[in-house]
Amino acid sequence: MNESILTLVTFIPAAGAVVLMLMPRNDKVIRWTALVISLLAFVFSLHLPWHYILGQPGFQFEVNRVWIASVNIHYHLAADGISMWLVLLTTFLVPLGVLVSWKSVHDRVKEFFVLFLLLETAMIGVFLAMDLFLFYVFWEATLIPMALLIGMYGHERRIYAAVKFFLYTMVASVFMLAAIIWLYTQVHSFEYEAVRQWIGQGHASAGALQWLFLGFFVAFAVKVPLFPLHTWLPDAHVEAPTAGSLLLASVLLKMGTYGLLRFNIGMFPAEAHRNAAWINVLAIIGIIYGALVALVQPNLKKLIAYSSVSHLGFVVLGIFTFTQAGTDGAVYQMLNHGISTGALFMLAGMIYERKHTYELSEYGGLASPMPIYATFFLIAVLSSVGLPLLNGFVGEFLVLSGAFQDKMIYGVLAASGVIWSAAYLLWMYQRVFYGPIHHEENRALPDLDGREQISLWPLAIMALVMGVASPLWMKSIDPSVAAISNPAKAASASTDSGATTSLSRK
Amino acid sequence: MNLIHIDDYIRILPELVLTAFGLAVMILDPLLPAGKSRRSLGILSLVGTLAAMGAAFYQLGDYGLRARTGWFGMVRVDSFSIFFHILIPAIAAVCILASLEYLDQQNIKSGEYYGLILFGTVGMVLMSSAIELVLIFIALEISSISTYILAGYRRRTAIGSESSIKYFLLGSFATAFFLYGVALMFGATGSTTIPDIAKALHQGAVISQALVYAAVALMLIGLGFKVAFAPFHVWTPDVYEGAPAPVVAFMSTGPKAAAFAVLLRVLFGAGTSGWFWLIWIAAALSMTLGNLGALVQNNVKRMLAYSSIAHAGYLLVAFAAGNELGRTAVIFYTAAYAAMNVGAFAVVSHISTSGERYVSIDDYAGLGRRSPLLAFTLTIFMLSLIGIPLTGGFFAKYYVFSAALKANLIGLTIIGLVNSAVAAYYYLRLIVVMYMREPAVEGAPEPVTPAMSMALVLAALATIYLGVAPSQVVDYATVGAQEVSSQAPASVARGN
Repeated sequence: MNESILTLVTFIPAAGAVVLMLMPRNDKVIRWTALVISLLAFVFSLHLPWHYILGQPGFQFEVNRVWIASVNIHYHLAADGISMWLVLLTTFLVPLGVLVSWKSVHDRVKEFFVLFLLLETAMIGVFLAMDLFLFYVFWEATLIPMALLIGMYGHERRIYAAVKFFLYTMVASVFMLAAIIWLYTQVHSFEYEAVRQWIGQGHASAGALQWLFLGFFVAFAVKVPLFPLHTWLPDAHVEAPTAGSLLLASVLLKMGTYGLLRFNIGMFPAEAHRNAAWINVLAIIGIIYGALVALVQPNLKKLIAYSSVSHLGFVVLGIFTFTQAGTDGAVYQMLNHGISTGALFMLAGMIYERKHTYELSEYGGLASPMPIYATFFLIAVLSSVGLPLLNGFVGEFLVLSGAFQDKMIYGVLAASGVIWSAAYLLWMYQRVFYGPIHHEENRALPDLDGREQISLWPLAIMALVMGVASPLWMKSIDPSVAAISNPAKAASASTDSGATTSLSRK
Repeated sequence: MNLIHIDDYIRILPELVLTAFGLAVMILDPLLPAGKSRRSLGILSLVGTLAAMGAAFYQLGDYGLRARTGWFGMVRVDSFSIFFHILIPAIAAVCILASLEYLDQQNIKSGEYYGLILFGTVGMVLMSSAIELVLIFIALEISSISTYILAGYRRRTAIGSESSIKYFLLGSFATAFFLYGVALMFGATGSTTIPDIAKALHQGAVISQALVYAAVALMLIGLGFKVAFAPFHVWTPDVYEGAPAPVVAFMSTGPKAAAFAVLLRVLFGAGTSGWFWLIWIAAALSMTLGNLGALVQNNVKRMLAYSSIAHAGYLLVAFAAGNELGRTAVIFYTAAYAAMNVGAFAVVSHISTSGERYVSIDDYAGLGRRSPLLAFTLTIFMLSLIGIPLTGGFFAKYYVFSAALKANLIGLTIIGLVNSAVAAYYYLRLIVVMYMREPAVEGAPEPVTPAMSMALVLAALATIYLGVAPSQVVDYATVGAQEVSSQAPASVARGN
């Protein structure tokens, strides 16, 4: 079972997509089948934390077969404490995405769910691939379904957004491909560990390593997105269908930060240290710039999109502090952002289904006609703001403590981002839910129905559980983070003595 | 003097088979009632191409992977030539499948169309096995003359005639350059067979090195026209636009594969040198001009024409790399490119309908709804042309750029990678239009005939196969690459 579990988790959605393709066009049956398939993938993925051996820092559930012998490409999947939780985040969110698309997608339903499930397979593959080539294959494979989801099911400017998304990511990942090929010509292997060792042995010149570092970095920075490469994100988010925004924000952006951690830090520790200063500056600009732009957005979805730019800045900052606390916090924040921003996008989509607008000025006073909706929204907002006892707090706290350990000024500037995020999110909440009802038709807006509530409950529960029981996650994240950043630590003088204490304080 | 042996005929068995079938088509054509569909002749020639592939497989079984020469050292059957003897008839077969529908659609009722495809195929396969420059020239002419006529097959339209005349005038001009190069090479080395030229060059027994450079440059011009690399590419968009779509499918892949095979023999087999920068510049120019040209096209055939120029550029990158991996990449690329390009033109051919009315990008709007099979297969071909993983096009590019990086051609690799990112835009445009726009033309296009759907499915399967399990073809291409360079003494590997 341990040998085949990752293959099963990865390819159940793809197999399901093939089944859907062959089914007759009965929308109802197709929706249910998609839901069952995505739940099946989730159930299988639960095997991972269940059988994960704590205290073993390396990779587990490994499967390694030769795929293309002539160039030594392997089908090599494995999970550690970081990728395992990101896979779980994916499989957890996809059924919710299916539920949230239940009614909002009514045209070309079959194609929608086929693309959605193919996207799931590609995303899971990105997190599990241990062969650089396989990683690249999955990485590129996320591109097409996502671009098609935006372009076929999005709003008015969908085609522009889809093309922009595709080109941005495609151009950036070409540089990663060049770096991967160059490494192969030297190492004659695509294996992550083999390449890592080869670099660690100092075979390559510093100049070459810097270029390789940048090749990977550009691909990931666009995906994160790191300021100033973020301009595709607001367009893609605003135009994407709700389920598309959900996966885009919650999982696709994490592919970028995961890549930074796994490849840029894992394979090029010395270069990562050398470049950390400007990367951190960009991350902090992203935190503050994203927050400021979010503050003035009149459009609900755009506001959430810019909040993602700000929050992902935290993640990048945490990773490039090279402290145990900062990196732990960054990984935890990846999961948190998936839960809280995912919930926000789903909620935004639900109100759009009712009023067909994201303009904040069209709302106001919704708390009285839609009390359940208002409650869920409040939980999501507070979790995103980082209220203690909810998940966002843990991650932000760890990232900030890491930032303070690294450089005082990083911590101070990043902490201001927390205040900004409280400002724009709470102000937005006030404008939508409180005050008098300006638009009479809003009085008649129906509250959430059973299906919508079912799709939101898991997120609300997880926000709370991850806020109070973070050690459940940290126990497996912490050693894996240490394993990635160990050589990174050797290259710098920074210590991590404070990390474990800050953890236990949690 | 040794006499012609039965083995000599076996060396050219695929050519003989194709010629026999071509002659049969020509003889049967006038016997069939006038004004009737020539579908039966199409099927006969389809059998001919399959028989030719069978003959190539027979050669493979007979010789294994050992090289044999025949016809007084003019023909060399090795794994390299057998690769092309399987690839080119396969291209012809798929094009014939697509033509069956096209000719009925366009109301063209002449059997010699199929005959010309078979004769053209004879020339192309002979180009890959000939190692004597004059024989190569004759083979080149056989293949060219057939395609000149095929290009003008829509003879009642102005652009059809323009296409044919343009192709003929420029083509014959270019082949003259090739012949001139052959003459100079003979003058310089005293021989026209590639192994003897290689020996002479290796021993330094040449009259003048400058003469050799001039000879190689002239031959490059001639072949450059055939494969349409810049700056010899200007004819391509006009000719592709006017020629019948299945013919474009054929002539954008078959003669190209053959000409690249000749280029491999001339540049590496003969061990010539001094062409490195010529190829480098031609590669950079072709990629850039091809992609920039394609960006602004609204006619799908013209867009694919510019795309084919760009792809010739990628192939030249592998030539510039000059290593064995590069030669493997060239061989693999011709196969992957053939699969995706033939497929793409087959879709174009079906959608254009009678008189080729629907060839602008807007005519593809909503195709995802109107005809899922066409849209889906065209998507596969476009993704492969972009170079998305799990398609043949990806591995083709992958090998090209691996070879270039291995040879430390960082600059050319970056030009190539940036170009393939730019190219994504115009291929993607077609996908976007198919799936994201509402149909401009109401109703489904004409139903896809079984022959056409077979052509599409075969091309799509080949594209995916080369992207998922390329090992076998790559291994074979590697043997071919070793074979083509083994004719030259070991020391002349890189051409600068």
